[in-house]
Amino acid sequence: MAFYITRRILVAVPTILALIVFSFIIMYLAPGSPFAGERPLPEATLANIEALYGLNRPFYEQVFRYVWNIVVHFDFGPSLVYRDRSVSEIIAQGFPVTLTYGFLSFIVAVSVGVVLGVVAALRQNSWLDYLAVGVSIGAQVLPNFVMAPILVLTFTLWLGWLPGGGWQGGELPYLILPVIALSTSFMASIARITRSSMLEVLNADFIFTVRAKGLPKRRWVLRHALKPAMLPVISYLGPTFVGLITGSVVIDIYFSTGGIGQYFVNAAINRDYSLIMGITILTGTLTVVFNLLVDIAYAWIDPRIRY
Amino acid sequence: MQPIPLTRIFTLLISLIFTLTCTAADIPASDQENLAVEQTFTYRMSAEIPTLDPQLNEDSEGYDVLRDLFEGLLNQDSTGKLAPGVAKEFQSKNNNQTFTFLLRNDARWSNGDPVTAHDFVYAWRRAVDPNTASPYSWYISLATVRNADDIIAGNKPPKELGVKAVDDFTLEVQLDQSLPYFPEMTTYATLFPVHKATVENHGIKWTRPENIVSNGAYVLTEHIPNEYHMRKRNSMYWNNEATVIDTVIGRVINDVNQALTRYFAGEVDYTETPPGQYPNLVKKYPDEATSVPNLCTYYYAINHTESANPGLHDVRVRKALSYAIDRNLLVDQVLKGGQYPAYNFVHRATAGFEMPVIEYSSIPQNELDAKAKDLMIAAGYSPENPLTLKLIYNTSESHKQIATVVSQLWKQKLGVQTELVNYEWKTYLQIRQTQEFDLARAAWCGDYNEASTFLDLMTTASTSNAGRLSNPEVDRLMAESKTLENPQGNYTAVELILADEMALIPIYHYTSVFMLNSQIKGWPYDNVQKNWYSKDLYRIKN
Repeated sequence: MAFYITRRILVAVPTILALIVFSFIIMYLAPGSPFAGERPLPEATLANIEALYGLNRPFYEQVFRYVWNIVVHFDFGPSLVYRDRSVSEIIAQGFPVTLTYGFLSFIVAVSVGVVLGVVAALRQNSWLDYLAVGVSIGAQVLPNFVMAPILVLTFTLWLGWLPGGGWQGGELPYLILPVIALSTSFMASIARITRSSMLEVLNADFIFTVRAKGLPKRRWVLRHALKPAMLPVISYLGPTFVGLITGSVVIDIYFSTGGIGQYFVNAAINRDYSLIMGITILTGTLTVVFNLLVDIAYAWIDPRIRY
Repeated sequence: MQPIPLTRIFTLLISLIFTLTCTAADIPASDQENLAVEQTFTYRMSAEIPTLDPQLNEDSEGYDVLRDLFEGLLNQDSTGKLAPGVAKEFQSKNNNQTFTFLLRNDARWSNGDPVTAHDFVYAWRRAVDPNTASPYSWYISLATVRNADDIIAGNKPPKELGVKAVDDFTLEVQLDQSLPYFPEMTTYATLFPVHKATVENHGIKWTRPENIVSNGAYVLTEHIPNEYHMRKRNSMYWNNEATVIDTVIGRVINDVNQALTRYFAGEVDYTETPPGQYPNLVKKYPDEATSVPNLCTYYYAINHTESANPGLHDVRVRKALSYAIDRNLLVDQVLKGGQYPAYNFVHRATAGFEMPVIEYSSIPQNELDAKAKDLMIAAGYSPENPLTLKLIYNTSESHKQIATVVSQLWKQKLGVQTELVNYEWKTYLQIRQTQEFDLARAAWCGDYNEASTFLDLMTTASTSNAGRLSNPEVDRLMAESKTLENPQGNYTAVELILADEMALIPIYHYTSVFMLNSQIKGWPYDNVQKNWYSKDLYRIKN
């Protein structure tokens, strides 16, 4: 296992380096300039700005300097659009916000989703099953860009219970709507995966055996059925978790949270090269790390899996 | 030798002294008793502003914040006219090529330091310094401040800029050209002063709430990027006693529909409205929904270079295309925000501008359609030999609707086949810059409230001349207009040439359409550049 983890980490380094280089090339090839506007800049002005950011240097030198600054100084450079701030600062400000609502959404989605799925499977074809399946399908077909305005119209405008946006350092009233909007569809997917996986496990021979041995229901469900039923859920959770904590542009746009998702999209629209790269590297690294964690979790849950 | 005209001699000799009337929240007696206890104003910003550094700013919402935090030589009043800022009065000499500003001696930075002419000199030099790399350095070139171009190009040091502090409270500016509207230009952020010690001590972090030192009516107290800015009144501001609003909050709400919902929930006092909703809103909320002229013109640029369809080089075709656009239909049925059909380039509300009489503006649409058809036939186009055009626009629902309607009108009336191509903003700019189009959607907003801000665009030298029009007579008239006491005649002549040549297709003059809480008073509805100052607002009880 230790060897496997070491090997995976060693593979992760060139993977991330390749990600940096490829992203840099794609970005470089994209048409448009971060400094283009309705009024094209005079040549001298443009030259000054390009010199400031080193964009007048040869391409290979730009890539090398960029990677060097990250590896040696952990410096992602200045934002080309937000001139008062560096990329590291923007990430340091936006990422905790996204991490908070992403993590909470993850907890909500997993706990509600798994409970719904398990209950539906245990009471298959009962009204509870139909209710759970109905709720999860309903939630699945309501994407967050529909949920968000509906929630604001209901809880902000109509009932006046909760603020329609903002973050205020993550105070509870500001968290509720973004977390509901973000977690709903993930919760629905988790519920459906859990239900079908649970149904499969419930029909397995070893469950018949433990039931025949007369184990109390709570014990065989929690100890014997739930664990193997979680395998497909876990493989879904790895990328989901990364997706949730690296930002949802919809949540950031509708709830003005100041999270990283909005920055990412704006960076691409504005051609803010250094910010695009910074967030890409963050997302890429988290994806690699969480995929590794999921693989380790697999081995822990299912003793048959050995690396 | 040509004799120098007498008027010219007079303007050379006589220095004009302008004194200005002070502005502040102007509260009528009826409202004095009725002022709200909590004087706050909260407004919606559509995006996080890129910078709070006045010399680097190029964003209109950034300028909204900067007008509160900093004060330049002059301000604008509720109608857009000049009002004193740090300068009490100014003199123009040497045929509007030398301006002397007399600064008040009671202006203070928020840390208590006096605001002096040296602060302006420092800020202006900083704006053109290649090391600052300001994307708005062109603004100082546009103002023709002496040596600006050479300094930006790195050929002269910043200290050669044509601005000097004669003493602590006298600032003298040398321009390369006569520029009667130079004082208007000093109301923009690029020419605001900055506090040298603060800028130099904190680097790019000098604009953070904990570091910033500013001289406007407000100071920045909180700034959470992409969430909100908060500013509170500056006790050191020279006219702080006249300020009424204590706290101003700008909330970033990207989606305009969401902004309107939050407006109705009472979370913001001001927001722009989603396109097309004005008629309903004004019916339901007549005290809050507003449409006022805004100094921008929407037009289709015609590609005048070789890369365009050769048909567009024929003035008859250009005229036919313009005539066939039913602007009233677009304004009334598509835009629905009180916009004005446009037949000329300069926005009708531009200060001191007399609208030219454009012949085809008064002809009924059905007659224009008939003329357009005749012109197309005369130019050799017919259903069997249709004109095909590529019209580009940047991705936006509104641009798409307009382009779709226009292309349908052209198809029905003239048989023109139009290929509509949309690009996201930065790609669109590149395609437009490289002239890969026949017609391109474009819009221009005045940098200052004077007609040349529009018409200079149509000169050969302008980098923003999207269609690359090059008309020697337009160039001559615009160059000459800078030297004239009253350039209106030249402006009219240029507009008539543009219409006669149909050098571009004007479509509409903008309005600003917004909701404003009826408790907020003092809003400058007549300021066509939407330059509001929080210090001039106040809030009454519900």
